[in-house]
Amino acid sequence: MNLFDYVRASSVDEAVAAGAKPGARILAGGTNLVDLMKMGVAEPATLVDITRLEELKRINWLSDGSVRIGSLVRNSDLAYETHFAKTFPMVAEALLSGASAQLRNAATAGGNLLQKTRCSYYQDVASACNRRNAGSGCDARQGLNRLHAVLGWSDHCIATHPSDFCVPLAALDAVVEVTGKGGSREIPIESFHLLPGDQPGKENALEEGELVTAIRIPADASRFAAHSRYLKLRERTSYAFAVVSAAAAMMIEDGRILEARLTLGAVAAKPWRSREAEAAMIGQMPSKDLFDHAAGIALREASPSGNNAFKIELARRLAARALSAASAGTPTAMPALPGSPLSTFSGDAHVA
Amino acid sequence: MAIQKFKLPDIPSIAVQISTSLFLNGVRMSLSISLTINGDARTIVLEDPRVTLLDLLRERLQLTGTKKGCDRGQCGACTVLVDGRRINSCLTLAMTVDGAHVTTIEGLATGDELHPVQAAFLECDGLQCGYCTPGQIMSAVGLIAEGQAAGDPERVRELMSGNICRCGAYKGITEAVLVAIEKDATTSKERDAA
Amino acid sequence: MSLDHSSDTSARPTTRYGSNSGQALTRRDGLLKVTGQATYAADNHPAQLAYAVMVGATIARGHVTAMDVEAASRHPGVIEIFTPDSAPHFAHDPDEKMPPFGFRLELLQNHSVRYAGQPIALVVAETLEAATEGARLLKPAYETEEARTTLDNGVEFDPKAVGVGGPPSTSHGDLDAAFAASETIVEAEYSTPAQYHNAMEPHAVVAEWTDDHLTLDMPNQALAMSCASYARYFDIPVENVVIRSPFLGGGFGSKAILNGPQILAIAAARKLKRPVKLALTRAQMYGPVGHRGQTWQTLRMGLSGNGRLKAIHHRSISATSSFDDFLEPAANASLPLYAADALLAEHKGLRLDIGTPGPMRAPGEASGSAALEVAIDEAAEACGLDPLEFRLLNYAESEPGSGRPFSSKALRECYERGAEVFGWKQRPRAPRTMQDENGLLVGWGMGTAVFPCPMFPAQARTTVRADGSVLVETGGVDMGQGAWTALAQIAAEALGLEAHEIEFRSGVSTLPDAGVAGGSGHTASAGLALSKAGLNALAKLAEIAANDPASPLFGAGNIGVVPRGGRLVRRDDESRGERFADILIRAKQSEVTGEAKSMREPENAEKFAMYSHGAVFAEVKVDPDLGQIRTTRLVGAFAAGRVINPRLVRSQYYGGMIWGTSFALHEAAFIDHRTGRVMNADLAEYHVPVNADVPSLEAILVAEDDPYVNSIGVKGVGEIGITGTVGAIANAVWHATGMRVRNFPIHIEDILVL
Repeated sequence: MNLFDYVRASSVDEAVAAGAKPGARILAGGTNLVDLMKMGVAEPATLVDITRLEELKRINWLSDGSVRIGSLVRNSDLAYETHFAKTFPMVAEALLSGASAQLRNAATAGGNLLQKTRCSYYQDVASACNRRNAGSGCDARQGLNRLHAVLGWSDHCIATHPSDFCVPLAALDAVVEVTGKGGSREIPIESFHLLPGDQPGKENALEEGELVTAIRIPADASRFAAHSRYLKLRERTSYAFAVVSAAAAMMIEDGRILEARLTLGAVAAKPWRSREAEAAMIGQMPSKDLFDHAAGIALREASPSGNNAFKIELARRLAARALSAASAGTPTAMPALPGSPLSTFSGDAHVA
Repeated sequence: MAIQKFKLPDIPSIAVQISTSLFLNGVRMSLSISLTINGDARTIVLEDPRVTLLDLLRERLQLTGTKKGCDRGQCGACTVLVDGRRINSCLTLAMTVDGAHVTTIEGLATGDELHPVQAAFLECDGLQCGYCTPGQIMSAVGLIAEGQAAGDPERVRELMSGNICRCGAYKGITEAVLVAIEKDATTSKERDAA
Repeated sequence: MSLDHSSDTSARPTTRYGSNSGQALTRRDGLLKVTGQATYAADNHPAQLAYAVMVGATIARGHVTAMDVEAASRHPGVIEIFTPDSAPHFAHDPDEKMPPFGFRLELLQNHSVRYAGQPIALVVAETLEAATEGARLLKPAYETEEARTTLDNGVEFDPKAVGVGGPPSTSHGDLDAAFAASETIVEAEYSTPAQYHNAMEPHAVVAEWTDDHLTLDMPNQALAMSCASYARYFDIPVENVVIRSPFLGGGFGSKAILNGPQILAIAAARKLKRPVKLALTRAQMYGPVGHRGQTWQTLRMGLSGNGRLKAIHHRSISATSSFDDFLEPAANASLPLYAADALLAEHKGLRLDIGTPGPMRAPGEASGSAALEVAIDEAAEACGLDPLEFRLLNYAESEPGSGRPFSSKALRECYERGAEVFGWKQRPRAPRTMQDENGLLVGWGMGTAVFPCPMFPAQARTTVRADGSVLVETGGVDMGQGAWTALAQIAAEALGLEAHEIEFRSGVSTLPDAGVAGGSGHTASAGLALSKAGLNALAKLAEIAANDPASPLFGAGNIGVVPRGGRLVRRDDESRGERFADILIRAKQSEVTGEAKSMREPENAEKFAMYSHGAVFAEVKVDPDLGQIRTTRLVGAFAAGRVINPRLVRSQYYGGMIWGTSFALHEAAFIDHRTGRVMNADLAEYHVPVNADVPSLEAILVAEDDPYVNSIGVKGVGEIGITGTVGAIANAVWHATGMRVRNFPIHIEDILVL
């Protein structure tokens, strides 16, 4: 880890000012940034510690019924907030399917949005990576890429965004509130993360020095509370990043789907929302065929970026399963194994 | 089953020296933080902003019960409680926890009396080599405080999955946590009744 | 949930040994471990300590051409940088093997790189942070040659030996004739990946020199052997080296053999005249400290019409490094288990640009069993037989090949007990026929577990003192298996005492050599020495008493005496006896000391085949569409001689079964063959099981009374749990899905019907 200047911000303005300096990085929970610094992937000249900014630690329910999640709200605090978990159950489930209890206790909402890809070539400074080092090439392209992107990738970068949290956020039209030197603005989460194109290093819509202050979930997202699921396929039962994941939600009235949401995770450099798939379900009666059809639409543009064609079919099936689980109804209690496909069946008793 | 103490081979006691020879950008840095560690309030002069809470505990404060297994938040061996919450101390820069209350494995027992989680780990053989054990135990203490597992073994397994045990003591670990949860519930009830 | 481990009825109590063994004591070191007081190597912090950080190569073959030593030196706090240009001198050439088990090492003696992760520099600084950054700033440049890390570009060769000095080829019977006489032939190829030990405690050392005396705090599975090796490297008398290793944070074989980084740290401490601490990072454990080498195996089995095995041909290509040999003796897994008219187990070596593999928990047995037990399942299927029925049909009543009797073999009981507890009888033979109430595919599979019972020369000393205390000493090693407890129980038993009544010293090289903690042989080896040392001490006491007219034991020489609760009593009349201490006081002796060197009786070793056995039954549930697999139930029944401490023995079996789960479903190093680098050298992507992966484990202890393995009847339990389990899980996956996966670990996409 390189030596750096440590600045503890006592206000958002101070954080923004300090964060705008060349080489400055914002430090919140540290679960990603400190790791990247240890690997030499991040070499900040200045660390701006914002963990003292109390105003960013609150969960505020606004009068219109929407919720503003301060960017420093810890993942576990959000997931275990009873009203939040009831209102946006698939967000809570996504949070609890991520990382470990310890990491969730430290990791923040804002940090989750800004976490870096887990692509091993990105993490390995001896490898070529356009995302880390523009123009150096992409060693993943011809390398070990079993778990890499199948949507929205480019020849310059095939990395995926590893977040669970962001997947249901995208499905629910969340908005990212940011503050920079020029003031505050809002970015819809769908346009927050950027696909790699020919500039994979430009990962999100933040301008230089802008700070994420909050994430807002609109009130109408609560309409999906009764029918929503987040599912996450992993290579071990817990404490693993997704192979593929899916957030599915719908409003059902009189046996018909009034509105539906579907977003896939771990398939692209951003949460992959499919409005086309959503549209295909509107007015229909929930059925396996319908969900297979919708899932197929969501993956229509998919193509393998390497040795990962299986992920396309897997994502399709997981999407269909998530839709099916959502249509069956949100579980009354958080499943014992949050996000696990094994918990899509009735009850928690996977094991005697 | 009585807990038996036994003697270790004589190992000469080792003095600890805290290094004081680091400079930052050519300028001597003196970053002072206050921590309450296992109930003791301390002021700590850090010479280096890079020091993690884990390395602070282990290399500068002689609290070596907390272990380093991966140094990247991928194993849980370094789990401690910061303000009552379990976290990975390896990913926590010491500077950022200024003012916090830190509880480590050394601060869990009360005098000669083991914390119920410690006792349960012993009884259930929730350990083998013992290296991940302080992290497992601190994680279990955090888990019980979080109150999300109730007595459901499956929830315990899930919520203890951030602590890797390569020896494979998971069965005993889960049993120990369940025993401790039960004991905690009983104690709380008694407390409430009193 | 029952916590009453001590009321185990399957561990038949034995009257042969009396007092302490067989009791499910809690770990004697447990109190230190649950309170954070157990000191592991890197917990030591002598005055004037400096921190060393290793730099590993990022190429697999070539040369280091430059390093930015200046930038690293400039970093505040950096004290010294060791590179090939400023290499320490060693009295032993690191590129020569160090007998008996030492591999060729890289100690900065030249600029060449022969595997990714090889040490190429060591940076020492005042703090860990400074040393870490100094190491990063070196930014080595290389001249790179093509990495050879695949079956295609590796160099195949005929090895001289496999495993630790084993023959590369073993056979009995006329293989061709047996195949010719077979009605059915089943043949398939299997592969097992490179696996890394990943003990939770990274390899560490705190090295401190006082003149030419060297004190090492390090996790070490072979104290005496290592002392001798370090003495040779540093040209000092062996008695000048002290290794303190009271606790190891896991070893699994990786801390039994000398490695380069630790030696470099010792050299740095000597040069700097300061104590030096080095702890590898997790990533650095994927290179210079050994691993389980890859195998590519072929199993061909000839079967008679009624399902009897006529011929087994097990071949393995086992990977090793380009410069040294450790080959997984995988094919040898087929030697001891099933009766066949003819058998050939043979190995080829494959040279790759990788760090030299080494023994990793059940070396050869694990990877060989993985293939064999799946092959057996396939053979049973081919014959239309239930896998258990098939195994019983081909049960070896004596050691295949030699015909020697087994010293003991309760495998049939293991099959029976395991099957009963698991409910195996209910298993339909056809795959993909079971579903749970939620629609998950359910599969049941089994495998046979087997592991040899080696013993190593070991020594111990027992001192009975006139003040009533008893001191027992051996340089044993506790890496989690429970040596602090089980060895003390054995020692106490010999003396007729309870374990807490003796002072037991262990874990330091200055104590009598307890041999290597490996091969599942430590409890038997060190235990036998302790038992004999105790008996020798008692014999001395008995002689004093029997010749002392004032003793109640006077004249008891011919009848004999036995120890009971700190007293020696007449064998024929236990009411007549006296305290150990009283015998010494009257004889005006402050103490008597019994010493012992132990080894297996050569006659028995010659006469009998000696193995531990077991049967493992697995249930998996598989999502039919998504391929997510979970091992929902594992039941293992094991017979491994006498059980000293059922609580600890169970834990060893659980651990082994979890390793089997990991082998079957999780762990593998992924090498980028363009660079030869392991790209998942961490614990996030190198998956080992987490708690949620093993929801239900059961270990059944099947009693075995074996008077031949050694006089204490102990076999070994550390490794057998992996064998059998891998196959059982893979077979259960097949039974659930109908998909036969022969390349480990089984991945989601292997069982997806696309």
